[in-house]
Amino acid sequence: MHALHRVLQAFVSPQSFRLALPDVWAGFQVNIKMMFLAEALVLVLALGVAIIRGLPGRSAAPLRGAAIVYTDLFRGTPLILVAFLVGFGLPGLQLRVISTQTTFVYGVAALTLVYTAYVTEVYRAGIESVHPSQSSAARSLGLSYFQALRYVVVPQAVRRVIPPLLNDFIGLQKDTALITVIGVAEAAQQAQNFSNTYYNFTSYVVAAVFFIFLTIPLARFTDHLIAVRERKERAAAI
Amino acid sequence: MSFVEVENVSKSFGDNVVLRNVTLEVAEHEVVCLIGASGSGKSTLLRCINLLEPIDEGRIVVDGDLITNGKVDANAIRREIGIVFQAFNLFPHMTVLQNVTLAPRRVRNLRRGEAEASARELLRRIGLEDKAAEYPDRLSGGQQQRVAIVRALAMQPKLMLLDEITSALDPQLVSEVLNLVRELADFGMTMIIATHEMSFAREVASKVCFLDGGVILEEGDAKDIFSAPSEPRTREFLARIIEAGRL
Repeated sequence: MHALHRVLQAFVSPQSFRLALPDVWAGFQVNIKMMFLAEALVLVLALGVAIIRGLPGRSAAPLRGAAIVYTDLFRGTPLILVAFLVGFGLPGLQLRVISTQTTFVYGVAALTLVYTAYVTEVYRAGIESVHPSQSSAARSLGLSYFQALRYVVVPQAVRRVIPPLLNDFIGLQKDTALITVIGVAEAAQQAQNFSNTYYNFTSYVVAAVFFIFLTIPLARFTDHLIAVRERKERAAAI
Repeated sequence: MSFVEVENVSKSFGDNVVLRNVTLEVAEHEVVCLIGASGSGKSTLLRCINLLEPIDEGRIVVDGDLITNGKVDANAIRREIGIVFQAFNLFPHMTVLQNVTLAPRRVRNLRRGEAEASARELLRRIGLEDKAAEYPDRLSGGQQQRVAIVRALAMQPKLMLLDEITSALDPQLVSEVLNLVRELADFGMTMIIATHEMSFAREVASKVCFLDGGVILEEGDAKDIFSAPSEPRTREFLARIIEAGRL
């Protein structure tokens, strides 16, 4: 009984919950901002990298190579290391503009670098899943390579990859908490400050609750999209 | 002068030689049918004429322009040559009207209203005006293929290539597609048609070419080829077709 009481007191004390709530909420708004900014950048940049990876012809080989090196490097490096490199490394260079940004900007940059690499692969799978006959049909009408991508291939590819894309974004949402390591005053940081001050861990639970409430609707929406897709495909097969 | 001149064209995919020294001439307003077993090179020949496949050797001239020297703008060539595929290849994320107007708008730079008006007129002529706002998966195979033909016609091509366009259709849907092709032939459209529909070929073709192993083994008037083929391979092929009840 005594042990249970201590556990409850340390993790879910109502008093600490109320006390931690305002600061953690203020921090969580920073997470939401980082998340939306990074997601918007990732959506655009990853499509660009995926298209570069698919460019045909020998003259595009260096570009394709650069895109492959980029995705390999940033999918392979843990986000926390990229955050250190960007958040501490770039200011250390003492260059104009790139060394004088806020930690918030460095955080968004680290998230964007890593998740663009993931989402590039998602887009690429989508583009490759569109049957080559679609592109043949478009090209045979006189559309250029890029017009065929723009009007025929990419619209079909994007529709197909929305569920896996949203899954990656669920990961991105949670990983905004890692940006605490470069000193951004986001939810995990605020929770840690509280915990250090009051020697109580309820603040972490508060932060976790915020993340969970943000993730569940997105996860359910993703499930819904997958279910709709499956229903359609089953109907088409009949 | 011929409208299309294919001269000594060869094409391989790796070790697999699909076209060997193919030479073919098509006059303006002429309808040429390519017959032969699957894998004999009919489709590849059409894809080469449309520059969807690069050729290894030989040359192809269309309307006086050498198109296979690698210097031409392939997009400019393709917009003058319509091709229709066995599997329709309509764009599933676009309505019928959007399928038909895409190339006129983006390649010919027609204004939307203009492109839609002429697309509706074409759809009206094939009796599918009421399907303009439907997506392709709501149409029957025959309707989809007719839309695919109209999509190619919307670019006002000088030459139409038809690649086994009825092979994926249920038998009762074949005639509606062939009727449309017949109209095009009557209208004077220059066409090269790869087909397994022998009676149709006999009826519309001014010339029939029998392909075997990537070679045009025999060519001539439809009635000569079908009634008195000179090559044993052609006789063999036609005998099998008759056996299958397709002629």
